[in-house]
Amino acid sequence: MSATDFAIDVAGVTKKFGGKTVVNAIDLQVKRGEIYGFLGPNGSGKTTFIRMLCGLLTPDAGSGTCLGYDVLREQAEIKRHVGYMTQKFSYYEDLSLRENLDFIARIYDVPDRAGAVQRSLDRLGLANRSAQLAGQLSGGWKQRLALAACLIHDPQLLLLDEPTAGVDPKARREFWDEIHTLAAGGLTVLITTHYMDEAERCHRLAYLAYGNLLTRGTAHEVIASAQLTTWMVSGPDLRDVAAALRTHDGVEQVVAFGTTLHVSGRDAQKLDAAIAAVRDPRHEWKKIRSGLEDVFISLMDAARDNFA
Amino acid sequence: MTPRRFTFHRLWAIVMKEFIQMRRDRVTFAMMIGIPLMQLMLFGFAINSDPKHLPTAIRAADQGPFARTLVAALRHSDYFSLVREAQTEAEAHNLLQLGEVQFVINIPEDFSRKLLRGEQPTVLIEADATDPAATGPALSAVRAIANSVLDRDLTGSLARLRAKDGPLNFSIHAHYNPENITQYNVVPGLMGVVLTMTMVVITSLAITRERERGTMENLLATPVRPFEVMVGKILPYIAVGYIQVTLILVAARFLFGVPMVGSLPLVYAVSLLFIACNLAMGITFSSLASNQLQAVQMAFFFFLPSILLSGFMFPFRGMPEWAQWIGTCLPNTHFLRIVRGILLKGNGPAEILPEIWPLLAFLVIAMTIGVKRYRQTLD
Repeated sequence: MSATDFAIDVAGVTKKFGGKTVVNAIDLQVKRGEIYGFLGPNGSGKTTFIRMLCGLLTPDAGSGTCLGYDVLREQAEIKRHVGYMTQKFSYYEDLSLRENLDFIARIYDVPDRAGAVQRSLDRLGLANRSAQLAGQLSGGWKQRLALAACLIHDPQLLLLDEPTAGVDPKARREFWDEIHTLAAGGLTVLITTHYMDEAERCHRLAYLAYGNLLTRGTAHEVIASAQLTTWMVSGPDLRDVAAALRTHDGVEQVVAFGTTLHVSGRDAQKLDAAIAAVRDPRHEWKKIRSGLEDVFISLMDAARDNFA
Repeated sequence: MTPRRFTFHRLWAIVMKEFIQMRRDRVTFAMMIGIPLMQLMLFGFAINSDPKHLPTAIRAADQGPFARTLVAALRHSDYFSLVREAQTEAEAHNLLQLGEVQFVINIPEDFSRKLLRGEQPTVLIEADATDPAATGPALSAVRAIANSVLDRDLTGSLARLRAKDGPLNFSIHAHYNPENITQYNVVPGLMGVVLTMTMVVITSLAITRERERGTMENLLATPVRPFEVMVGKILPYIAVGYIQVTLILVAARFLFGVPMVGSLPLVYAVSLLFIACNLAMGITFSSLASNQLQAVQMAFFFFLPSILLSGFMFPFRGMPEWAQWIGTCLPNTHFLRIVRGILLKGNGPAEILPEIWPLLAFLVIAMTIGVKRYRQTLD
């Protein structure tokens, strides 16, 4: 596979702020047309990494290309072909939807500007609100406007920083349908999220904690590589069971899911021993497939041990 | 306890929270201390409505003993500082035109002779009366000074010359503003004050607002260059500045009847430089301020000396030397002199040149700091 098949191909990317390493030697390759999910706790360096990809920040170390352009030297070229949606709504609340889109289209020098703005309004269903001020929109509509604005110059790569935070489930689903349509058309998308259902809709995932890239691959690969064993318990007095389990070695997570408990650990034998110690016939125990959330929390705990 | 009743602990919670927030915002806190201190210094020490040591030129056609006595007396008075000697009338007028001296005192050729004959010779005092507040006290003092010293010289047989209305006459010629109309001085000066206030505040807000609302990050992720952002933000406000200049000029002409001796295109041309100075200052503030409140406070911190120390409100020459130094660093000081010079004295490009280069220097310094600081906020 040649280098140009990757929309993002970087190695050793590092950023320090005042002596603190925020992004630590990250290697990342994202194929064209792929939806790549970026996950990790708050403050793990996701936003900083994205800012380096789109030329807002210069990496302290590392090298690579974004859309074939050098991330250290050709930031201006990268900016022309990347759409970046910031975490916080960052369009002008005192401009109307049409004025916002028109402004962005002018900045990118989009050919046939009026036509491009109209098509963009139509495609995201914003046409009948085009005269409304952006500040009066609800969260879901603001997010649509932001998506429309970062697509208006027909970018090859979309960087979305927590685009669905605070958006209702229906709007989120529509947003993801749109993202999949765009990816099918050849657009590459790098998206950060805290929602596990969204993570599972990505082609591939990477998990960051404390500036380090801990794991990557498809959702199945990530779960398989974690080698996490998870049991589900149901029955009475689960609070007592949880308290008893937490005192045992090998039990890393005890999480309540409705009327059941999920109990996970990386060492299957120790976990079995712990369960045997607290098991009583009133409860039903069942081994289940670990979920992404279990895997990520386990990764985060392990990372804290290593880096904190 | 019902929740509707006033409780001290809830009140106290709010008070404590306000104090914590106040302490966190260092710049605001510094301003709360700094602005009253500055006002205290400016109003308490710098401002003097009885200006003294005004630069004066002497054109003495008579070098006789009485003339020398008069010159010595003026030199020793607090009001006049004899800085120049003019040989010709043209030279004297040029000094007034340039604003290098406030007064020219002309002692006529036949001064001693007429004095001895009891003919009450006339000493002509020419004053730059663009600012009546600056010249008034000195002019009222001059007669008393002259009479008292000459009376000392006029002893013995000369004592008869001590006429009831004094041994000599003073003829005062108030140039540029013969009727001592304060508006002539204040209205052109307002141009500088209004431009300083609006231009600095507006630009410092314009960029801080983008940062505060988060739209700056978005803007920076587009191909737009920092220089384009800056100039793009400045240009509309230059237009606003020109509207203000025009408003004030129209009002000055038709509402206050301020004479406009010099060239209006020259006023407009110099205004561009002055507006640019203030916009550069605003941008520098906006790169230092982390929120809009701080930006406004910084603008105010700049605005205060710009009205008090620039010669707008109080005569520049009435201030102590340190205050004059601060005033000299402010663009408004120079712009006021230029505008008053053009409108009231009919100054041309050559005469205003000495006030142009300080504006240029200010612009270069403010712009350099602004662009440098602005760049740092990106990475």
